[in-house]
Amino acid sequence: MSERTNERGAFANAGSEPPGEDRTREPAKAADTPPRAGTPSRGRVLAPALARVTPGRRGWIAVAALLAVACYLPFQLVPFRVFQFTMVMVYAVALLGLNLLVGHAGQISLGHGAFFAVGAYTTAIMLDRWDLPHLATLPIAAAVAFALGLAFGLPAVRLRGLYLALVTLAIAIFLVPLLKRFESVTGGSMGLTLAKPAPPAWTGLAEDQWLYFLTLAVAVLAFLLAYGLLRSRVGRALHAVRDNEAAAEVMGVRLPFYKTLAFAWSAMFAGAAGCAYTWVIGFVSPDSFVVTLSITMLAGIVIGGLGSFSGPLLGGLFVMFVPSISQDVNDAAPGVIFGLLIIVVMYVAPTGLAGLAGRVTRSTKNILRKE
Amino acid sequence: MRLSPIGCAAVTATLLLATAACGGREEAGTGATTAAGQCPGQQTTGITDTSIKLGGIYPLSGPASAYGDIPKGIKAYFDYVNAEKGGIGGRKVEFVVRDDGYQPPKAVEEARRLVEQEQVFALFQTLGTPSTTATWDYANQRKVPQIFVATGASKWGTDTAHPWTIGWQPNYVSEARVYAQYLKQERPDAKVAVLYQNDDFGKDLFGGFQRAVDGSQIKIVAEQSYEVTDPSIDPQMRNLAESGADVLLNITTPKFGSQALASDARNGAWNPLHIVNNVSSSITVLKPVGFENVQGVVSAAYYKDPNDPQWKDDPEMKLYFEKMKQYVPEADPAVPYHTFGWAVASSFHKAMEAVKCPTREGLRDAVRSLNNVEIGMLLPGVTMTTGADDGFPIESMQLMRFKGERWELFGEVIDTRKEFGPLTN
Repeated sequence: MSERTNERGAFANAGSEPPGEDRTREPAKAADTPPRAGTPSRGRVLAPALARVTPGRRGWIAVAALLAVACYLPFQLVPFRVFQFTMVMVYAVALLGLNLLVGHAGQISLGHGAFFAVGAYTTAIMLDRWDLPHLATLPIAAAVAFALGLAFGLPAVRLRGLYLALVTLAIAIFLVPLLKRFESVTGGSMGLTLAKPAPPAWTGLAEDQWLYFLTLAVAVLAFLLAYGLLRSRVGRALHAVRDNEAAAEVMGVRLPFYKTLAFAWSAMFAGAAGCAYTWVIGFVSPDSFVVTLSITMLAGIVIGGLGSFSGPLLGGLFVMFVPSISQDVNDAAPGVIFGLLIIVVMYVAPTGLAGLAGRVTRSTKNILRKE
Repeated sequence: MRLSPIGCAAVTATLLLATAACGGREEAGTGATTAAGQCPGQQTTGITDTSIKLGGIYPLSGPASAYGDIPKGIKAYFDYVNAEKGGIGGRKVEFVVRDDGYQPPKAVEEARRLVEQEQVFALFQTLGTPSTTATWDYANQRKVPQIFVATGASKWGTDTAHPWTIGWQPNYVSEARVYAQYLKQERPDAKVAVLYQNDDFGKDLFGGFQRAVDGSQIKIVAEQSYEVTDPSIDPQMRNLAESGADVLLNITTPKFGSQALASDARNGAWNPLHIVNNVSSSITVLKPVGFENVQGVVSAAYYKDPNDPQWKDDPEMKLYFEKMKQYVPEADPAVPYHTFGWAVASSFHKAMEAVKCPTREGLRDAVRSLNNVEIGMLLPGVTMTTGADDGFPIESMQLMRFKGERWELFGEVIDTRKEFGPLTN
């Protein structure tokens, strides 16, 4: 299979995946809809049976297919591509957190990269100072980011819109000089170089494949967690907060509690992503986490599709591949092409790539029905 | 039956194990080749009898994009050599440039792209200490030469675990030694105030200076650091002025270099000997301060400045101006970054001509056994020398003093190897 068809394959699968996609408009209702009665007896022809599969179950089948492809990819691609897809998943986990905050709770954060950096540095310092096993660093990094998210979630209770955006931007700005200050711990501006997790002998995997599967495991866990979270009353509360704060409060949603928690969870996902980042890159430095990272992440999730489950994945693909594609188009001004592409995507798909995929599916369905 | 998330995960895990059990990656088609004949088993990926492919990683976008001019000078040199000299030893050079935006993770990605997809023979320059640090483990694991990296950190030469990575320009410690040597001769009991940037560059240079003046009568009486994000360094300059030092060592990047020079010029009550490091010594830094305000400032150089009239009739400089106009007409040859690119490309040319085996191993060994190699664009007397225990190609610099509207070189070329011994960790 050529690399290009693989990439497209991943896109197509991601587009048809989202079980949460249709839920964004009427969150409470859709989330509660129980899966309709199962398909009748077996032994029938496949096609009508497939047609009777409920949308919810179709989503799960798509997810399973996507996972199967994801497991198959590293055995087919060159290490460089495997590395790229590993980074896509790292970004996807971080964007998943941002999606929770921006897409589901309706808050804004220009400082998401800071929590990503906190996760990365927590992992790096633990590996550097105490030689902890790599897997042990994941829960700690996530917990530290969670705690910090909780602390920085407090301004979110009082501030809104532009003011909140400014506060979160400040987090992203002050982090870099802070990392440079405490040189004995953070390695200062030289950063820290760390060993990557070595694949256990029994797997027979190469290093890049092992890193890929570790990151895949983190990503699957993160998506399951986010899925569970959003299906629960928490998810409904967040949607209510997003859609109308006053109404939500009247319905008995405690605004300060949920807003702070949304920040904390979003930071936790970013922290987990940062941890996987440190595993994969094996080097952290303050220059890796400049303000533009936070901005790029926000652009990534908006382009991927706010409030949907395929959004973070599509956003991750966008953040990873579009800058290098735009450099291939014109290596004199990659930034210009990147910016233009963002504008184009926003014009063609105002609800993001995930929304575009959903629209395309719906319109093809309509056309098929008419025939 | 409803497929639960756990069910999905279980199915996937089974699939994963099944695929993993089927064995690792099929190694076919990786494109790696090895040599036969006199250099058996050595890697010849990216090099044939008629071509050689190199990959460079530079910040073409982002905060450090000014350095994006360097590959233009390199391209001009390689285009010229390809078209008029038949390439390097009959091999046409293909130079692939990738952008990392000064972002380490991006640099890792691009390094992998160049090595695995573009199948380059060597990484010819990665720019910046963070990006090079992020990629050198990879380059050394894959046994790909990472040649003449564009950063002056001293670790490229002192480190022994990364034999495939080597620097080019004088490292910051060597530069510090040059200033220390000058002070020892001219002002043996100097009181020095130091302004430095709080990062690897500033600390490497400052640390080198401290070690170099250790045991002499020269005293460091005040030190102030600043962050790259600081808007101004005036408070630091005021603190330094209070120390009453008679020498100011200015270890800054261009923007802050200008500010420090201007601040020193404004303060009529304090007139130290002002030494500005090489990074900030370009004419473009001095001009906004006003030439009348920077008379007598001292710095050091190792390659020829295209703006310096004394090289007007220099054959290499004339060739450079001519070929830049011919092959990269849109670029201004007076920008020193282009000259830097030209100089480093011609250094590669010389190193490549010296290889015993046209293989990656051959190049690695060649750049570590340079013996007084002369490069036309370097100052007369500055040569490239490396050895088994010496990973620094250029360790000599010449002092210069600003006079009128240009730098004037003075004194002999200072070879820090001779004066201070080899640089080790």
